[in-house]
Amino acid sequence: MPGPDRETDLTERIESFLSDLKRGGSGTGPLRGSAETARETTALLRRITAQARWSSAGDLMEIIRKEGRRMIAAQPSETTVGNMIRRVLKIVREEYARSRGSSEETDQQESLHKLLTSGGLSEENFRQHFTALKANVIEAINELLTELEGTTDNIAMQALEHIHSNEVIMTIGRSRTAEAFLKDAARKRKFHVIVAECAPFCQGHEMATSLSKAGIETTVIADAAIFAVMSRVNKVIIGTQTVLANGGLRAVNGTHTLALAAKHHSTPLIVCAPMFKLSPQILSKVNVHCPVFDYVPPELITLFISNIGGHAPSYIYRLMSELYHPEDHEL
Amino acid sequence: MADSGVTDGLCDTDDIERSKTEGKELTKEEKQRLRKEKKHQKKIKEKKDDAASHEDEKKKKKKKEEKPVGAASQPPTQPSQKVAPAPAPVPVPASETPALADKPAKSKADLKAERRARQESERASKQGKKGDVGQPVPTSKPKAPPSELQPVVKRLPEHVQVDNPDVLKKLAKKLERQQIPLRSDYGYKVSLFSHLHQYSRKAPLTQQLGIPSTVIHPAIVRLGLQYSQGIVAGSNARSVALLHAFKQVIRDYTTPPNEELSRDLVNKLKPYISFLNQCRPLSASMGNAIKYIKKEISNIPSQCKEEEAKSKLLSCIECYINEKIILAAKAIAKYSIEKISDGDVILVYGCSSLVNHILCEAFEKKRKFRVIVVDSRPRLEGREALRRLVQRGISCTYVLISAVSYILPEVSKVFLGAHALLANGYVMSRVGTSQIALVAKAFNVPVLVCCETYKFCERVQTDSFVSNELDDPDELIVTRKGKTQLEHWQEVPSLGLLNLVYDVTPPDFVDLVITDLGMIPCTSVPVVLRVKNVDQ
Repeated sequence: MPGPDRETDLTERIESFLSDLKRGGSGTGPLRGSAETARETTALLRRITAQARWSSAGDLMEIIRKEGRRMIAAQPSETTVGNMIRRVLKIVREEYARSRGSSEETDQQESLHKLLTSGGLSEENFRQHFTALKANVIEAINELLTELEGTTDNIAMQALEHIHSNEVIMTIGRSRTAEAFLKDAARKRKFHVIVAECAPFCQGHEMATSLSKAGIETTVIADAAIFAVMSRVNKVIIGTQTVLANGGLRAVNGTHTLALAAKHHSTPLIVCAPMFKLSPQILSKVNVHCPVFDYVPPELITLFISNIGGHAPSYIYRLMSELYHPEDHEL
Repeated sequence: MADSGVTDGLCDTDDIERSKTEGKELTKEEKQRLRKEKKHQKKIKEKKDDAASHEDEKKKKKKKEEKPVGAASQPPTQPSQKVAPAPAPVPVPASETPALADKPAKSKADLKAERRARQESERASKQGKKGDVGQPVPTSKPKAPPSELQPVVKRLPEHVQVDNPDVLKKLAKKLERQQIPLRSDYGYKVSLFSHLHQYSRKAPLTQQLGIPSTVIHPAIVRLGLQYSQGIVAGSNARSVALLHAFKQVIRDYTTPPNEELSRDLVNKLKPYISFLNQCRPLSASMGNAIKYIKKEISNIPSQCKEEEAKSKLLSCIECYINEKIILAAKAIAKYSIEKISDGDVILVYGCSSLVNHILCEAFEKKRKFRVIVVDSRPRLEGREALRRLVQRGISCTYVLISAVSYILPEVSKVFLGAHALLANGYVMSRVGTSQIALVAKAFNVPVLVCCETYKFCERVQTDSFVSNELDDPDELIVTRKGKTQLEHWQEVPSLGLLNLVYDVTPPDFVDLVITDLGMIPCTSVPVVLRVKNVDQ
């Protein structure tokens, strides 16, 4: 029978994904960047939608939530997993609403007033059965996947708008997004990059070798020299692990010092972060007892560059509402 | 001036006769005398940069500018000669004109006395050069007050002009004369720092010396090797090691026949200092110590017997170490302990002997506190500090500098050591200190810098680029998870490694400086320097 086979196949895949996540660990695992994790999570969710047994949207959401919680528990520091799950949940809600009738679309949070006062859809059952729902949801998830595949390129395309010639740019650690951004700009412009090595893992070394192979003039400095060198830096361009709902960052160790030094010299701090890194959690430093990451408050950040363009940190809450439904903030 | 142009080069007596009647010619006469005197002075005091020689240089520059003016105004404008030099030299700074006005204002008797004094000094210098050292100092002292406000032309030190080929050639010639090998730069230098040297640890200067070295005393060779390999590190340790090595040199020294100890010993020390400078650039504290020793040696009276002179010098050095380093540390510890209260969490960076001493003393005095030691790659000096503190029984935490913003909310005070304190209030210290001060300021944690007064330096600096030390770039290479990413960095043309040693902290990040003279704000450093100079 195709049913049970598909189910066992599905559970196998889920299990293997979970074990991958557990081993991986915050991107230092076997070549797993956040983009890959996001793509794999979404692909897995699409598979779940296709192969699991559900009759109404509510069931589907329950299943996704359940699997989602397990995935998040496997690797709590990898927030892209949770973000993708919330995105898919929102997709399901939207598709459901569209199937029921377009009246629900106008209920989208259009204004700040609605954001603060609205409580979401009036009826929460999601019990109605629509035959086309599955196909619609899968189609929407496919769109999401295409979007994910193009994020790095979309961000890199904006590079020339932000980097001029003969600049000195500083970065820290290893971020694939920032790397692609700089490499794209280097095709047309000549500039100098200073990489802070970011001890103890020293991922900055990898970044430096990769950038210098692309022909960019690169210098590696120790973390201790960040402030000493900052006076000659024109821009600071970094990647991040997570963007928080208040516009702050959860980024690699040493980023807060870098941000403070940039603020002192009034150097703009630009964060290259694709939209799937936006996380609806508002974390304070005290919660995260994990010195692998730093919390950077939003007042130290000048600009976010994402695949849909550039935004100020104060705009992040808006994007949050477009990507996720408030009910899904707590899975 | 036209007359003096004609009589230029004639016998001195004629000039002297004329000078009795015309004050303006005397200025030219003085010029000549001063020029001769300066030539003698320059030969002796090559490396000294005290105000006297600068001032003389400045006067020489002035005189040089005035001379072409005098020559230009030779066609008869005699009555207005005095006034002509004043408006004519447009490029000459305004401050020269008051000094120029001073000279005609002096009475002829004074000028005569000065001339006599200069003649005496010349005669003495022709005989035994020792006189010159003593004489120019008193003659220039009365002129010191007006020249303090004049712009001082300082010679740039060689080690910040590496990109200038002329300076390098001069250095090579000097080292050849002193028979010291020249150390060559290593590796690709980041363009922002092309004006500084960058040496490799693996190629110490001592490999180019023959054994046994006849030019350099073996204690100095050993010291140079210890410096370049980082075995002796830290500004106090380096100064003390230097002074001990000099004591050994003095003990083994014998005056050659027909030479003065005070003159010859200083000359003997010069190649040693060049050698040590090549091994590792001298620190500000070492520079001050060397100045002191040279002064002491020069002040030895000529009739002093050799044994007596040597023992006097040895005791001077002992006294210097005792006063400026050991007793200063005790005084600073006494002041600092007042600032440490029970329950404090103190943050320290790297390994500063003074800060370690303070913490150990405070612990002996039964203060209850705990310490957070911050460390940074590639030197990882914090481990040494950690070892010393834990041995005493102080409870410590250890973090790397990238985690500083994470632990700073728990910290109540930050104690930092200094390599030198600059005249504009900036603190020169191990790289990373300014970063810690910045983050501490952002969290409103008080920052206290501990520094002895012998480390105060007359230089000014506002950033960490113009004068710094570049350490071996290979030290940044590290192996993580079996892969060494930067192993072949030399082969990649656009990749550079930067290993800075020092950085400067602006005074607004520092709340208090604790010195042996008391607790002062950062901006009072030039006041202390002024007081010190007057004392000496």
